[in-house]
Amino acid sequence: MMKRDECFRLLARHISDEAVVATYSSAVDWVVVAPRALNYTSIGAMGLDSSHGLGLALGRPDRRVVVLQGDGSLLMNLGSLVTIAAVAPKNLVHLVAQNDTYEANGGHPIPLPSVDFAGLARAAGYAAVYDFSDLGVFAQQVAQVLEQQGPVFATLHVEPSKPLAYDYPSLYDPEKRKAFKAAWRS
Amino acid sequence: MKLPGAGAAATSGALNGASIIASIKASRIEYVLSVPDIVTSAGLLRPIADDKELHLIRVCKEDECIGIASGLSYCDKRALILIQHTGFLDSLNAIRGIAVEYKQPICMMVGLLQHDPEFAPRASPRYGVRIVEPILDDMGIAHHLISVDADIAKIRPAIEKAYAEPGPVAFLIGRSPA
Repeated sequence: MMKRDECFRLLARHISDEAVVATYSSAVDWVVVAPRALNYTSIGAMGLDSSHGLGLALGRPDRRVVVLQGDGSLLMNLGSLVTIAAVAPKNLVHLVAQNDTYEANGGHPIPLPSVDFAGLARAAGYAAVYDFSDLGVFAQQVAQVLEQQGPVFATLHVEPSKPLAYDYPSLYDPEKRKAFKAAWRS
Repeated sequence: MKLPGAGAAATSGALNGASIIASIKASRIEYVLSVPDIVTSAGLLRPIADDKELHLIRVCKEDECIGIASGLSYCDKRALILIQHTGFLDSLNAIRGIAVEYKQPICMMVGLLQHDPEFAPRASPRYGVRIVEPILDDMGIAHHLISVDADIAKIRPAIEKAYAEPGPVAFLIGRSPA
């Protein structure tokens, strides 16, 4: 089993001008690992991270968009797998950290911890699908995941974190939204 | 309560779908995000699907539209969300967070399912229709009833305002466009 922040450290080595959409626990870890203007952490409603990512990817087909979503979030917007597969943005990478819990809401289990998100994405029609539970394998393949023609989906099987500090005022700061827009337009 | 003063026009009037689509295009909308709605199915969604100037994104559930439109807005791309009022009600938390609290230019065209245009929406015998305008008022969202052709002139300035402020706007489609 991997740790989410360790996965993100590996991922960050390969990130340059991509938009990274992240929420809740993934956002808390990501903004520490890779603080940057191109982080998009204002989602407004749980589960919509993948939909925001689709909008960004459609609007800037010349730039890559990486979504860092939790399993609880994806469960709230499972239909987005089908929508994304139908639209098929080549520049969208959709990573789901599966720790089998609603971590930001008290660590309660998701309804079915064994749910196969990679299988769901494959069935929906993503162009490429991965399922990682070994950090060494992820390290070997992360560059390929990011460079491949999308939409790309990968499940990252991770341990639940130690209790995190959720600084929502910072994650949802309007100034960060302005900074993101300026950076994304450039 | 029947529509005051507009009785004849409201009851016997017509709504031209082609004119609505022309107004959408004149508002520089590039993307239409939609879950099918029987009110707008024939008069708007089908011709939009065949329109080469508009990109139609068919989604599985209406709240996806709010996130997609938000993402597009960061790319200076304009979107119109075409849904039924039931889907609007289902998406209220997304609209609350993204459109209202984040002040995003979320433009919604909402078909009033089973609405009788003889009535003002807030006086509709149908509960689901009756609550739409009060909810929009409580959320501080600008809204416009589009029930006869004369109403179509409201669309473009309202979309321009939504993107200028920025903030959300809702167009309530009170009869099936022909």
